[in-house]
Amino acid sequence: MSATESRPAEQFPEKHYLNADYGIRSWLLTTDHKRIALLYLVSVTFFFFIGGIFAGMIRLHLLTPKGALVSPEVYNRLFTMHGVAMIFFFLIPAIPAVLGNFFMPLMIGAKDLAFPKINLLSWYLYMIGGGLALFSFMSGGLDTGWTFYTPLSSVYSNSAVAPAVLGIFINGFSSILTGLNFLVTVHTMRAPGMTWFRLPMFVWANYATSIIMILGTPVVATTLALAGMERLFHLGFFNPQLGGDPVLFQHLFWFYSHPAVYIMILPAMGVISEIIPTFSRKPLFGYKVMAAASLAIAVIGFLVWAHHMFVAGQSTYAALAFSFLTMLVAVPSAIKTFNWTATMYRGSISFETPMIYAFGFLGLFLVGGLTGLFLGTLGVDIHVHDTYFIVAHFHYIMVGGAVMGYMGGLHYWWPKISGRMYPDTLARFSAVVLFIGFNLTFFPQFLMGYAGMPRRYHSYPPEFQVLNILSTAGATVLAVGYILPIIYLLWSLRYGPVAGRNPWPSTGLEWQTDSPPPTENFHVTPTVTWEAYDFENRPDLGLDKPLKTDDSGRGHD
Amino acid sequence: MQLQNSSILPEQASNFAGGVDALTLYILGTSLFFALLVVVLVVIFSLKYRRKKQTEIGVPVHGSVPLEIVWTLIPLVLAMVMFAWGAVIYMDFRRAPSDTLDVYVIGKQWMWKLQHTDGRREINELHVPVGRNVKLIMASEDVIHDFSIPNFRIKMDVVPGRYTTLWFRATKTGRYHFYCSQYCGTSHALMTGWVTVMEPAEYAAWLSGGAQDANPAGAGEKLFTQYSCNTCHLPTGKGRGPSLVGLYGSKVKLADGTTVQADDAYVRESILSPKAKIVAGYQPLMPSFQGLVTEEQVLSLTAYIKSLQAPAPASEAPAEAPHMGKK
Ligand code: HEC
Ligand SMILES: [Cu+2]
Ligand SMILES: [Cu+2]
Repeated sequence: MSATESRPAEQFPEKHYLNADYGIRSWLLTTDHKRIALLYLVSVTFFFFIGGIFAGMIRLHLLTPKGALVSPEVYNRLFTMHGVAMIFFFLIPAIPAVLGNFFMPLMIGAKDLAFPKINLLSWYLYMIGGGLALFSFMSGGLDTGWTFYTPLSSVYSNSAVAPAVLGIFINGFSSILTGLNFLVTVHTMRAPGMTWFRLPMFVWANYATSIIMILGTPVVATTLALAGMERLFHLGFFNPQLGGDPVLFQHLFWFYSHPAVYIMILPAMGVISEIIPTFSRKPLFGYKVMAAASLAIAVIGFLVWAHHMFVAGQSTYAALAFSFLTMLVAVPSAIKTFNWTATMYRGSISFETPMIYAFGFLGLFLVGGLTGLFLGTLGVDIHVHDTYFIVAHFHYIMVGGAVMGYMGGLHYWWPKISGRMYPDTLARFSAVVLFIGFNLTFFPQFLMGYAGMPRRYHSYPPEFQVLNILSTAGATVLAVGYILPIIYLLWSLRYGPVAGRNPWPSTGLEWQTDSPPPTENFHVTPTVTWEAYDFENRPDLGLDKPLKTDDSGRGHD
Repeated sequence: MQLQNSSILPEQASNFAGGVDALTLYILGTSLFFALLVVVLVVIFSLKYRRKKQTEIGVPVHGSVPLEIVWTLIPLVLAMVMFAWGAVIYMDFRRAPSDTLDVYVIGKQWMWKLQHTDGRREINELHVPVGRNVKLIMASEDVIHDFSIPNFRIKMDVVPGRYTTLWFRATKTGRYHFYCSQYCGTSHALMTGWVTVMEPAEYAAWLSGGAQDANPAGAGEKLFTQYSCNTCHLPTGKGRGPSLVGLYGSKVKLADGTTVQADDAYVRESILSPKAKIVAGYQPLMPSFQGLVTEEQVLSLTAYIKSLQAPAPASEAPAEAPHMGKK
């Protein structure tokens, strides 16, 4: 590690959160946010690989137009369970519950979250929910699509809908409690001197995300509960034969599930806003605008749900309003992209693994965000809706954006989490593999989507085969990009060089304490006297003074 | 079978296709411009400002208000152009003209049943004349389906419990794939078929050929007796229910003082949930036929009620209240 070479070698701390206590009990009953974050890390990784195996089988199956691998019944279960595992049990908790949990308290100089026991409860709720989902997968599977559209899910499906819905319902409480915990923590636990506008952008992002979790999750939990009750007790909420309205379900479902996309992407954006300043050794360009854009996305994100329903039979004028608002929400995302780019301007840029992931994020998020414009525009959506175009689009956002952000964050903070460095060259290589594999997998899907291939088809007309083969080939490359990090990160736990407190170095409070941190996070409560990403005024980092100060762009933030 | 060739844009075969593709290209152009702009800047910055000395830091530029304003306003304006252009296409797409040739479409797990107004039935096939406005009036027997024709660049969900409509004017003869685009259970992927667009003369020949099925109105007349609708709805208006002659397309006064347009959706609702809207001057005696009649039978009954039309009054009826029959 170049940065560590130039500094005096640091010792691995003697006492830290990992060796503070031993044994299964010390993990399962812990209230340390860092240990809970690791519990989440292990469990979301488990679900990621479950979902990944389903994805692999889907791609293999689609190698031939007739379907190469499984029956339609099984295929439908595969894509449904892929969606449920990935969205509810990986993407939504991944960044907030792993990285947010671990780092929010450290970044604001707190000892823990505001409610440590509730934090542990959140994990248990997640595990119960996840267990129920697994139970559903194994006892008949689930074939409703992760969207659970009624009356298919509530009346016609012959699969284990009830346990899955119950699992997601319970998991919802995990989300709500985490959001609540984060909000209270940011409001009440900031260290002396840590004013709102000194908060790192990752904290702002998690703050905005928490608002969505608290306001949105109860709606989806209730909606799924209603669908479950319709299925079990024949109460007519959504089934027209019982006097219900199937489109009402879609309104309620998307009221949460659109903002849920922002639960996935906002924290990833927050990670990128940490990485780019650190590896450009420069303040984040337009700090306040970035914070405001996060909040704007969270708020406007609640007003666009019916863009999933432009051809679902809603009124023409409702569609117009929702399309208009959808195009508005594109603007804060554009602003963020420009600010990240501008942050690199006149920086001192280095290219360690997290920065490579940040570049990957930028590229994929650009494609994902820009293709969202096609879908938000009414005239084009009537053609591409429910085709592979949309499948490609949301994978670019949720895998390209969110997972790249998650991987970037994991690599950025790994030295803090484990106290050790991973092999940087191998890690950079695997980030590039991931990027290439991802594009190979999903770019062809835009083309087949525009050409008309509908999503969720277990067989397809032969003219789409070439693109499907490309996509499957890409998926194998992508898989390598996901498996490599598991190997070298585990390797580094034992053999990695000692990272030291602040290897990159970076300005955040989390880098002021030991790596790995002690259970109480800081030996002495820190006092903050500097602004976020303020490399200029941080002699403790051992860096130079800036060569020239640029006056033209100063004094706004 | 000249189908989707392998080029990026699939064949354009309806009045909507050109407009949708033009808008797509506009968004694509704008997107490429911004994507390239960002990528080029990132590459330039990466080369020009790469770290030259281990302890070096960047120039502390904190931000720029003018720049923020510029890159808020430009995307905003471009996005609004996309919105407005898309809205224009969409309004056209949702408002069928009044001179359409109507086809009834019923989606059920996992097939499409179609019926032309003169009675010709098809399964997973749709024949239409080129250059003529066609409107599909669609209902579902079970779950949500979606009728989508990529070469026409349109689709619409087919929702149980209500009618949805989809109109187009085919501009090119040929065979075009249509798909069910809303996941509907096990054999969703088999719910596909072909639209055959024919020259008008050919179409006329096709219509008159084949085994002639009873037209929907005729089938409806039988059902009307079979379900004893005729015991309450006497043409004289003296029965327990109102006369249905001339009902279709007219404005109905309801017991709560409001009026509604008697269109397909209204007639359907009157049969399946009669208590939802009570005609002024009548008692809510009519039993619900929910669960007794299929969507197909509802369509036949509706067609029969339409045929009880007094000579069509000059109509300012909106698109949702179409007129039957060929002009
Ligand atoms: C028991 C008598 C009865 C039977 C049987 C009956 N109806 Fe009715 N129907 C009524 C009455 C009374 C009304 C007016 C009150 C209301 O709106 O519910 C009505 C209203 C209607 C209307 C709305 C008429 C308007 O002027 O707006 C339609 C359409 C209709 N019925 C169709 C049918 C059909 C089709 C059947 C057979 C499948 C049928 N009815 C069977 C009694 C009956
Ligand atoms: Cu959405
Ligand atoms: Cu379908």
